[in-house]
Formats: sequence, structure tokens, C-alpha cells
Amino acid sequence: MSGIGTGYDIYSSTYSPDGRLFQIEYANKAVENSGTAIGLRVKGGVVLAVEKLVQSKLVVPGSNKRILSADMHVGIVSAGLLSDGRYIAQSARDEAKSWRDNYRQPISGKSMADRLGLFVQAHTLYSSVRPLGAGTIIGTYLDGEATLYMIEPSGVYWGYHGCAVGKGKSVAKTEIEKLKLDEMSVQEAVREAARIIHTAHDEAKDKDFELEITWICEESKGKHTAVPKDIVEEAERLAKESIKSEMDDA
Amino acid sequence: MNHFPSQWGKPRQENVDEYNTVPLYNNMPQSHAAAGPMTRTQQPVVTGTSVIALKYKDGIMMAADNLASYGSLARFRDIERLHPVGEHTIIGASGDISDYQYIQHMLQNVMIDQHCEDDGHTLGTPHIYEYLFRVMYNRRSKFNPLWNALVVGGVHKGERFLGYVDLKGTTYQNSTIATGFGGHLAQPILRKAVEGREDTLTEEEAIKIIDDCMRVLFYRDARSINKLQRAKITAEGFEITEPYSVETEWSFAESIRGYGA
Repeated sequence: MSGIGTGYDIYSSTYSPDGRLFQIEYANKAVENSGTAIGLRVKGGVVLAVEKLVQSKLVVPGSNKRILSADMHVGIVSAGLLSDGRYIAQSARDEAKSWRDNYRQPISGKSMADRLGLFVQAHTLYSSVRPLGAGTIIGTYLDGEATLYMIEPSGVYWGYHGCAVGKGKSVAKTEIEKLKLDEMSVQEAVREAARIIHTAHDEAKDKDFELEITWICEESKGKHTAVPKDIVEEAERLAKESIKSEMDDA
Repeated sequence: MNHFPSQWGKPRQENVDEYNTVPLYNNMPQSHAAAGPMTRTQQPVVTGTSVIALKYKDGIMMAADNLASYGSLARFRDIERLHPVGEHTIIGASGDISDYQYIQHMLQNVMIDQHCEDDGHTLGTPHIYEYLFRVMYNRRSKFNPLWNALVVGGVHKGERFLGYVDLKGTTYQNSTIATGFGGHLAQPILRKAVEGREDTLTEEEAIKIIDDCMRVLFYRDARSINKLQRAKITAEGFEITEPYSVETEWSFAESIRGYGA
């Protein structure tokens, strides 16, 4: 009975005397160790981006996607355990389908976040499951209306204009705060997202990463799709340029 | 007297006292028997009439009117029977409208599943056609058919595709297709106008052929209305027109006793 939890971290259903749930905090640690993921809600769309750290040169480029679709208009990016992210995305797909079967309508971002929030929270209640080690950002775009939500391993979720999770979340958040998201087009948001992910990337600690960017907007016909390669390449080029000029100034 | 109609005409169970209410399950009808024998759809209810389609130089053209009949009653006059699936496919439906709506929903689910796969593949016209065939044949094999005749048209990898699949799981592909009454009234016109000229027919010519067929159908098919939509699918994608009417000529009726004036 020694160490950090001193016995209060055995079950996620046990509080410590000062009111903390250690298992959930550990799940948060798993999220903090992962490559940064961000979401930007701008005029006429949502942009999701993630710094996918590449573990080995042997891995096929483009594999192990971290941004997944739950419906035509719902994008999900997770930071943390990729398998938990996939598990949440699978639940999101089931929810989206069941909503369509019941109401013959696409699910709203708010309802999706609510259902997934309950799902994640349910994993903090029982000794037979562990809390999900994934921070999940949900972007939707429906009838010209964009939404952005983020769910934490505890199951709480908030709506955001812009949000970030993972290793570089504090750097990313300060960068996002500088943006005028309400006046920004999705094209600009893609460039900013690329720049933020490159800025948040820690060259010293992690060597290689792949930038994954998706959007949902009019240009993608209201569908959640990967941003076309040429636009991403251009955005990355600009990102590297701006970071380089910043370094030269300093 | 046994008051459960489902047990009328059946041999009485001598070991059960029908007037005794205790124990209750002894005099309750079998739950499945209460609803009578299991039944299946034996006829369509709200229906759409013919769909016609042809191949022309740039792709596929298809048309159907906007009527959903309830028997002989022209019940709903704003029903769209040409439905896009993906970017390069149109499905035209005749027959039961609720089954058609079910098919739309089912295909949407398939397309969403494919979208979520995110593997760079999408379902093209032949794939959607094959899928529909499997579903239709499966349902007829369960004696529970989806009461439709469907026309699937599109362009896939530069190839024009036009196919038919119906409630019995019958399929065929042709350069002209017509369902229902159209099979009798429009198909001969389509064959004469289209066969052998699939690669040379222009869009304008195709529109004329389609409109001519729809006019004949409106004249002679009592379950049709003169409000229709036309779709074209080319390599660039699909276009579905707003509802429109074809020109009709009724002056001959004046001279026929009991027809017009």
C-alpha cells in the first residue's frame, strides 16, 4: 500500500479521500503521451488534424489512420490509445446508424457528443472495464451548421470553437486562441491547422510524424473526407516556412 | 363457445376446460395463433408506375413520373422516383413506394459503411446493381419480396451501365429498359429509336425519345400523370430535372362521341 495511489487507484469506482479518481487520471496520462490532435470550427465547416507519430520506418505511409468517419457528416479524431479511439468511433458509427434508422435523419453533433459522452463515462463505473484512454474530438457539419465537441476519458464533453488534445495541447491551444475562427474560411483553417501541428511537434523527442487533415465543408460536399493531397502539401510547405522565419526572428 | 376466432374450425381440446379461468394459460390461445397464420406481402399498396431508361452517346437517361397511386386513386402527386446513389448512379423505382423507401434507406446505410471504411473505394453502378439483385433475390426466396421493379443506370470507369432487377430477382441489362406498362408501350418505341444508335444519339435526341415515350405512357397508362422527372448520368455525374410536363394534344377528342365534348 505505498506509491501514488496508495490503494485508491485499484478501481475506477473508488474515490481517494480528497475526491479524486486515480484510474481516470491515469487514462488522461495515456492521452497526454500521444501525438497532438486538434479541431477547428470555422465559418462554413470543421477541420480536424492530428500529428500521427510514426513508430517505425517499416510502417506503410497512410496506415493506422487516427481520423475516422462515423457518418457522412461526422468526423472523429482521437488522441491516446488508437485502439480505444477506434472503439469509440465504432460506437459512434452504431449511434449514427441507429439515429438514422429511428428518425430517418442524420444525427446532430450535439446528440452524437452526448451519446458518446455517456458511452465513455460508462467505462468509468465498473470494475470489469477500464476507463478509455482516448481524448476524442468530434466534428460535424450539417445544413451549413458546424459543431465541434471534445470528450475526455472521464466522459465530460464541451462544445468548442477550437480544441486540442495530446502532447502538444498547451502549445496548440495558445496558437488556436490567437486565431479569429469565426471569420476564417476552411481553406485558411487547413493552413492554420497544418501550422499548429507542425509548431506543436517536438522535433527533439519525436522524430517522424505524418500530418493527417480532414474537413467537412461545402467544398467536400458536406462529407467528412481527407483534405486533398495538393492542398495539404501546400499547407505544410507554408507551415514549415512560417516556423522557419519565426525561428530566424528569434 | 370458444370466443377466440383463431381457434374456430379447429378440433376442440378435450383436456382443456375452456370455461375455467384458472390456470389462465390453459384457455389462452397460442400466441402465434392469435394473429392467424403467418402472412406475407401479397400485393403492393401505394405504387409508382413505369420507369424508362436508355443508353445514349454520353451516358444514361432515365425518366419516371411523380405519381404514387393508391390503387386507382392518384394519391400522391409529388413523389420522386429517381434516386441518386453515390456520384454516378441513379435508381428508378416502380412498384411499392414504401418498399422503395426502404431500399433507399438500405442503400444509404451501405454507402455510409463504405464511406467509413475510408479505403479509397466507392461503390460504382455495377456494384450497387449486384447488391440490389442479391437483396431482391434473397427476399423473394424468403417469400417476402420487395415489391419493386428497379432500373439501375450509371457510368462506371467510362462504361455506361443500364440494368433491371425486380421483385422476383430477375435481372437483365440492355441499352433500353422499361418497367411496368412501359414494357408494353414504351419499350417498342425505345428499341426502334435506340438500338444500334447507342453511341451516336445526342443528348437532345435522347431527351426527345424519352419525352415521346412518356407522352405515350401518359396517354394510355391510367396510373400515370403528366408531371415527370428526367435524369441523365454521364462521366461528369448526374443531373435530375425539376418536375415538368410534356406537350399533349387532345383536339381529336372533340370529334369522338363520348370521349371529349
